[in-house]
Amino acid sequence: MERMPSWADALLVPLISLLLAAFISALVIVAIGEDPLAAVVLMVKGSLGSTYGWGYTLYYATNFMFTGLAVAVAFHARMFNIGGEGQAIVGGLGVALVCLYLPLPHWTVALLVATLGAAAFGAAWALIPAWLQAKRGSHIVITTIMFNFIAASLLNYMLVNVLRPPRAQDPATARFPEATNLPTLHELLAPLGIEFSKAAPANVTLILALLACLLVWLLIWRTRLGYEIRAFGHSSTAARYAGINPVRITVLTMLVSGGLAGMMALNTTMGEAERLMLNSVEGAGFIGIAVALMGRSHPLGVLMAAILFGFLYQGGAELALWTSIPRELIVVIQALVILFTGALDNMVRMPLERLFLATRRKKG
Amino acid sequence: MTVPAIELIGISKSFGPVQANKDIAIRVERGTIHGIIGENGAGKSTLMSILYGFYKADAGEVFISGQKTEIPDSQAAIAAGIGMVFQHFKLVENFTVLENVVLGAEDGRLLRPSLAKARRELKALADDYGLNVDPDAVIETIGVGQQQRVEILKALYRQADILILDEPTGVLTPAEADQLFRILGRLRDEGKTIILITHKLREIMEITDSVSVMRRGQMIATVKTADTTPTELAELMVGRKVLLRVDKTPARPGDPVLEIEGLSVTDSAGVARLNDVSLTLRKGEILGLAGVAGNGQSELLEVLGGMREGRGTVRLNGKPLALSGPDADGQARRAAGIGHVPEDRQREGLVMPYSAWENSIFGYHRDSRWQNGPLMDNASITANAREQMERFDVRPPDPTLAARNFSGGNQQKIVVAREIDQGPDLLLIGQPTRGVDIGAIEFIHQQIIALRDQGKAILLVSVELDEILSLSDRVAVMFDGKIMGEGPADSATQSGLGGLMAGLAGDDTQAMANWTLSADATRQVGTPSVEKIEAQLAEKHADASKEV
Repeated sequence: MERMPSWADALLVPLISLLLAAFISALVIVAIGEDPLAAVVLMVKGSLGSTYGWGYTLYYATNFMFTGLAVAVAFHARMFNIGGEGQAIVGGLGVALVCLYLPLPHWTVALLVATLGAAAFGAAWALIPAWLQAKRGSHIVITTIMFNFIAASLLNYMLVNVLRPPRAQDPATARFPEATNLPTLHELLAPLGIEFSKAAPANVTLILALLACLLVWLLIWRTRLGYEIRAFGHSSTAARYAGINPVRITVLTMLVSGGLAGMMALNTTMGEAERLMLNSVEGAGFIGIAVALMGRSHPLGVLMAAILFGFLYQGGAELALWTSIPRELIVVIQALVILFTGALDNMVRMPLERLFLATRRKKG
Repeated sequence: MTVPAIELIGISKSFGPVQANKDIAIRVERGTIHGIIGENGAGKSTLMSILYGFYKADAGEVFISGQKTEIPDSQAAIAAGIGMVFQHFKLVENFTVLENVVLGAEDGRLLRPSLAKARRELKALADDYGLNVDPDAVIETIGVGQQQRVEILKALYRQADILILDEPTGVLTPAEADQLFRILGRLRDEGKTIILITHKLREIMEITDSVSVMRRGQMIATVKTADTTPTELAELMVGRKVLLRVDKTPARPGDPVLEIEGLSVTDSAGVARLNDVSLTLRKGEILGLAGVAGNGQSELLEVLGGMREGRGTVRLNGKPLALSGPDADGQARRAAGIGHVPEDRQREGLVMPYSAWENSIFGYHRDSRWQNGPLMDNASITANAREQMERFDVRPPDPTLAARNFSGGNQQKIVVAREIDQGPDLLLIGQPTRGVDIGAIEFIHQQIIALRDQGKAILLVSVELDEILSLSDRVAVMFDGKIMGEGPADSATQSGLGGLMAGLAGDDTQAMANWTLSADATRQVGTPSVEKIEAQLAEKHADASKEV
């Protein structure tokens, strides 16, 4: 059976899905009594029209890259890691402990050590569901969801009872030492003579996220482990035939996945807030699922989808600020994007495929 | 000239760019058995699916008994008097025979009258055609041969005049197949029209009145069976001269390579799948393992291939193999020198979305040859795969194509090439030519024999008795997880093996020279009856059909 060209598969299908989602969102905006065209203009201006907007868009995108990669890696082994949220929460704990209790002389060292801390904590949180799945057959979707709740409760306990400085009112840690504060894009780009907004939270973690995209690509498509992960994901019986140990692959994949999700906390906790707070993850773990779906589990796709969702996030905040369109509408738009790119993928793909084959036959 | 039972004119059907049927014309006379033969993917099943209303033809007309008939769905096909017996039965396992026959053809809301009527009709059908099945038996407790008869009864109960059977003998022992052919013969004599789809030339020659040959979606020829020969049919199917017999010199067995002693396997449900199996396989010989599917052959291959744990002793070149624990996996087996062409290439031997080059190292991917620092050396793997594909005649020889885009025969060649190229001391090979076209069968058989002639040992498992007999030097027969007997392939006979495949050693079996029969094989005088064979198989392995 012939297929349509891969560029159409990778770009055209998500693009059409996106337009469909946008169209229905426009109908909702009309129903609210606002002008959808003006809304789009506002969103674009607010998120891409200034370095301030870009700074926020890329800040959100950094979060989504990490959580999107986490879901994507697990997808390759045909595992649905819904626990990105919990793994990021626990990763945040790792970051906070490292930054608060280790003497770190410079942000470069701090970033390195905190990355290890975040990844180790996130990976450890993914290890338990992975082990339960590999050894006991407990479904990873169920266990990772439950581990999200446990993580949230754990963080709550740690912040209220252990990490909260004496006499502080809000459940958060103390500010991290100055030496651990990460440079923002403003600081990074200034020596290059590029003027970037001082107020925007995008920081050096963005570069780390881009590096993670590259490393995940290498891992999945260029290493032996990636070869085994994909083989296991495509066919577990074939993996058994080849002597690929399912326990090993399940555990390793989830460690990588959880580690990536945990690293997301670097951006919010170390890069932006500079202390650990209760709501630092804010659903980015779940957005990662949509990002991985839309990016077809490919790091480049994840990168682009993460920027798109960063745009939606920042644009949505602008909408809520300047119009009567509530912030929740952005959730609706995101849901529509997920619906069209994930669940209704074939609705766009099949007619498109037929169209391509028909035109090709005419030519041939 | 009489009005034909079926006449198809100008039938065409394409799936996307693939033309499955191209301007097919066929005429099937009433009261005959008409064979349709062709390689996999020749379009036989598509054509029959059109006739049964599963697919709608793009063009063409169907005439049933001279009447132009539209068949939009299977209900219309049944109304037109067409019945179909599928390769994989469509029966409700925990219903009785009677309930299955009535299912979908009830006369009203109340079941009782329908069942009573069906019981009367089944009795009549049994008397007329020799289709004896206990109407109150539950499907899962009866053998495959009987289940097939239930499928035929279902069609006849729905007043079918035309019966289509798709590869009906794939799951039957030789004796059961003979029984089926006798039933088909009687149905024909009573005026029914039968279309038999098969890839086995022997069956065509044995039972059909006329035969149509399909190749690449086209109807190549329709001839009277009496006027043709198997060689001519094979040539028509493939489009070139074909060697039907396997050419090989007598084996010169050397030292033992594989020694199995008291090997047992228990599955997760606690059922013994292999029971105290002992076998020896020597250098330079092919040992064929015959048996009805589901009698332990698969489990034996899986244990030896490291896909399943077992108990007992297995030695390779004198060194014992771990049968459980971490050293009993496929990696350890490959390191020990065992190559494995698994029974199910699509689920086991290949990763279907993987490209041919990725598949060309599957299982051997940890070899340092393919490693370049921390990364895999994709360029050299691809180059190696390209060269390998040319040597093993994989078409097209494009290593970047995904495995699922190759035909069955070429997929199998990719697996065989990979396993043979590692130069294994022992090659396990399961169903090497299932779903593979004649041209590729010939090639794969030659490769297996060439490997034997290099002094390697080969353990062959196949449900095709013809394949076992033509390829093996020695044959062992399995039934109920035990070896029933073993001996030279030269002196083995179809009927002798057929009985043994149900654990029965009749006169035919005992007449096979130089055969050692197990004490577990029941000795008896005369030839075991089909009923006896079926009862044996049903008792031990009512689920054999599920395994296939």
